[in-house]
Amino acid sequence: MKIGITCPYSWDVPGGVQQHIRDLAEALIDEGHEVSVISPADDDTPLPPYVIGAGRAVPVPYNGSVARLSFGFLSVSRVRRWIKEGGFDVLHVHEPEIPSLSLLACWVASGPIVATFHTAIPRSRVLLVTYPVVRTGLEKINGRIAVSEAARTTLVEHIGGDAVVIPNGVATRRYRKADPLPGWPGPGGAIGFLGRLEEPRKGLPVLLKAFEILGPQRPGLRLLIAGPAADPGEVLHRVPAGLRDRVVLLGQVSEEDKVRVLHSVDVFCSPNTGGESFGIVTAEAFQQVLRGGEAGELFATGDAADLARAAGRLLDDPARRAALSAAALAAVADYDWSVVARAVLSVYETVVLGSTQVAVTASGSEFP
Amino acid sequence: MITDIVIIVAAALFIGVYVSWRAGRIDRLHARVDMARAALDATLLRRSSVALELATSGLLDPATSLLLAGAVHGTRGGDRPRDLAESDLTRALRAVFSQPDFRASLNGKEGADELLAEVEVAAHQVFLARKFYNDVVAATREARRRPLARVLRLSGRASAPEFFEMDDSLVAESSGAPLGL
Repeated sequence: MKIGITCPYSWDVPGGVQQHIRDLAEALIDEGHEVSVISPADDDTPLPPYVIGAGRAVPVPYNGSVARLSFGFLSVSRVRRWIKEGGFDVLHVHEPEIPSLSLLACWVASGPIVATFHTAIPRSRVLLVTYPVVRTGLEKINGRIAVSEAARTTLVEHIGGDAVVIPNGVATRRYRKADPLPGWPGPGGAIGFLGRLEEPRKGLPVLLKAFEILGPQRPGLRLLIAGPAADPGEVLHRVPAGLRDRVVLLGQVSEEDKVRVLHSVDVFCSPNTGGESFGIVTAEAFQQVLRGGEAGELFATGDAADLARAAGRLLDDPARRAALSAAALAAVADYDWSVVARAVLSVYETVVLGSTQVAVTASGSEFP
Repeated sequence: MITDIVIIVAAALFIGVYVSWRAGRIDRLHARVDMARAALDATLLRRSSVALELATSGLLDPATSLLLAGAVHGTRGGDRPRDLAESDLTRALRAVFSQPDFRASLNGKEGADELLAEVEVAAHQVFLARKFYNDVVAATREARRRPLARVLRLSGRASAPEFFEMDDSLVAESSGAPLGL
């Protein structure tokens, strides 16, 4: 299949939508499809071979913050040319309600169009104001995907119509191999934590309490904590003074280092206390450890003593850890991007039925 | 004796007239602040309505339209402070107007020249009205700060007027970053 994907935000700025598009495009290419992504990008940004730069995105206030977007007649003509030369079987636009390339692509294209909605749409009144202008574009969408139930709800409420929910995937490939951080996990063993330190739902205090129990019993055991904190000193102060030098705070880490952290510990602990829809950290940790007892050890929510017992058992049993890791690898396959990409593909296949290729319409043709 | 009384009465009269003149001046300045503020509000309103007219005119692509409409919407009592929302509209207009060959791209479209000129005039009026408003605010604050005015509380219960600061230039300043952002 020849697939054209539009990205509304600058490729050189890190962001969830860009990451999603990158993972989806690569998963589709792995499946043997031909993919072309058009995205705003600075001219000197190195781009993957499947990405076409649509020129520099302009920083402009939108929705109370400054976003880097592509708009204007030059962007229109670039998108037109990309569609004309692409000969796509399907056009997949992301966030078409944002004033950028995706909206423009909807406007100038005809044929099978799939749209993915990533976030809530707060400015419904704006859409109403410019409705005649925007409607033309949005009405051409044949299939709609929401990445979460929340995104689907706002879509239904503000724009109307419905969408299928296909959540983000996890690029398991990226997690499979990494070098541990120097000196980790160490002979005494190590427990790891990933997430915002001060977010109560991530449950770091439970792990710190458990470490108070485990630490004195196991003199070499260390704790590796990665994630942003407003006041790291305060976090460290909750650990008894005698154990403090065995707790390492890394602060916020890059994507690559996140993987290295996972490979630097014997036991990864996700003490989440609940209230989250689908903790992405947990899904990522599958790769290393867990799945309801068969791919990971479970403990009573919020129960530090139970956590200490479960973690202690695992630290003493390398064979059990290896078995859990292997089971986790199999478990996480369900969340892999290749699976997500196949779900997206079946949406493509539905909308191309009985339709012609993607072509350009007269809209915007007056732009050179 | 008589001359002393005459001098005292004359002095009291002079002081009374002077103080009431000073109080009247502060009062007049406050009234001018109110007028200047009303004028500023009117120009801001006019600017946002012509910007909305441009957004919905069909002259622009949908992304630009949505961007401008979003910025206009922000100035109409959103949760963002007024000065920031109006500055956002300025920046959105500037981003649109400063595209290379923006004008040429609209050449020959019906009503385009008039509408663009209207937006520019409205934006310039905001610049003027804000300048005049801040001038009279400065004069009023200076008059209120004088020792006599402070000791005798000549400004009564009226609170000191605030300056209105915002980004109101449609042209990117040469010293600033591209587009002033």
